[in-house]
Amino acid sequence: MTGLATAFGIDTRLGDLQPEFWQAAGETLLMATTALVLGGLLGLALGLGLYLTRKGGLYAHRPAYVVLNVVVNFFRPIPFVIFVAALQPLARVVVGTGIGTPAATFAIVVAATFGISRIVEQNLVTVSPGVIEAARAMGASRSRITFGVLVPEALGPLVLGYTFAFVAIVDMTAIAGVVAGGGLGSFAQRFGFRQFDDVVMWASILALVAFVMVIQLGGNLLARKVLRR
Amino acid sequence: MTAPLVELRGVVKEFPGARRGDPANRAVDGVDLSVEPGEIFAIIGYSGAGKSTLVRLVNALEPVTSGSVVVDGVEVTTLPEKGLRELRLGIGMVFQQFNLMESRTVWGNLAFPLSVAGRSRAEQQRRISELLHFVGLADKAHARVGELSGGQKQRVGIARALATEPRLLLADEATSALDPDTTRDVLDLLARVNRELGITILLITHEMDVVRRIAHRVAVMEDGRVVEQGPTVDLFADPRHPVTRRFVGTVVDDLPDADTLAALRARHPGRFVRLALRGHEVRQSEVFATLLRHDVAFELVYGGIEEVQGTTFGNLTLALTGDAAAIDRALAEVGALVTWTEVA
Repeated sequence: MTGLATAFGIDTRLGDLQPEFWQAAGETLLMATTALVLGGLLGLALGLGLYLTRKGGLYAHRPAYVVLNVVVNFFRPIPFVIFVAALQPLARVVVGTGIGTPAATFAIVVAATFGISRIVEQNLVTVSPGVIEAARAMGASRSRITFGVLVPEALGPLVLGYTFAFVAIVDMTAIAGVVAGGGLGSFAQRFGFRQFDDVVMWASILALVAFVMVIQLGGNLLARKVLRR
Repeated sequence: MTAPLVELRGVVKEFPGARRGDPANRAVDGVDLSVEPGEIFAIIGYSGAGKSTLVRLVNALEPVTSGSVVVDGVEVTTLPEKGLRELRLGIGMVFQQFNLMESRTVWGNLAFPLSVAGRSRAEQQRRISELLHFVGLADKAHARVGELSGGQKQRVGIARALATEPRLLLADEATSALDPDTTRDVLDLLARVNRELGITILLITHEMDVVRRIAHRVAVMEDGRVVEQGPTVDLFADPRHPVTRRFVGTVVDDLPDADTLAALRARHPGRFVRLALRGHEVRQSEVFATLLRHDVAFELVYGGIEEVQGTTFGNLTLALTGDAAAIDRALAEVGALVTWTEVA
């Protein structure tokens, strides 16, 4: 690769940086998938909480809804570059360290939880209230309605919503460098941007784009399979 | 006499006003009615009359504000959540918008109430194929809901409501989203459910034609109250409340309005009388023979005859010409055969 770039008269250290590149790619993969899985589950729980406690919901409970709503509204708009730093003390308690990939992953999971909760809530709202009423009329319990009707009925849009959220998660992994979390974003910044090495930078970008595209494609296929309508 | 299957006494349902401080909106305002086992009971009313709310009080999808709702001997207004779930297993419900789960196949939709009822897998299988045959959709078992027509969806909706072998079926505008042909099919199916399975049906509708086709008894609702109720035939034959008259008028147009009457008078000389035909006892031929015997000429200027639940009824407006005294004598005799009134 370096040979080719040198042949075109481009000065790049990408060849020498290959171990760092693959390590960074691994970190991004780890942070993003952990955030998608954990943040996805927690976001689902929080989103269900928002949806179910709202007025007219199966577990309608105004105080609970107000608290959840305020918490989500408070944390969601915080720019991640600040959020990751602000969450350091909590990261020390939860993952044992305030820096590195674990600390960054922790912050991404928390941020993803809040972000995904809104996506989940919005998708659940699209489920026909009539279908829920029908399930109630059949004598189904609230938990059966939640997991046997509500979530399956919203699954198609939920998969698309999660795919959408994944792009935002990848975006957040690029900021992990703030707490020395590593990842491709940080790699691109350190060895590409600061060293004026465009090849390194673009190699990182292409890797990220490829990563997102694969996930997007997978999400679309899965959603189509789930929808089958 | 058997106890009613559903008995409502002084039932009131209020919804809170749109904003704080707004007066409560009284959707159901002191309704008394009882549904006997084995009958098809219809509640008819315009949108906003409170009929959909009323039917939701029967299976307690909505709690009552006050009054008593007894279903199969059980007071439902005080039942705890667990008791309500048991109650609902014994009450099927069919909806205007079908409310099927799009994420499941027809089979999966029918399996849901059965698994709620805790039936074994083998039992579910047996029951589902039984239900699909009953509603004539055996070939659609593995179709997705989205692939079905409206009529087929409602058949699935009915099959689902019957899954747990309920004694009572609530039908909330079950045919209102369907075209006339499909409506007839679905009504025939509901009538079969009632006749062959002996299931009592409480149905809500805004179409008098639905009532005419399948209801044994009917209650008319307006502004949250029942304004008139009785056997379907009686309501058709002798509607008293203006709302009932309007509903009957949508099916049978046998009474001329003022404009039509004026136009008729301009064209037809003579004395206008109206014969009210009620049930089998009216022998029209005798009526007409009597008129002829008295040398009274007559012309049928307006009217209609309908068949409701096997009974004939209708109104005929006649223009009578001839000697005034002869007309009086003829009408005196006719009065013994049929109820007649002078048309003003």
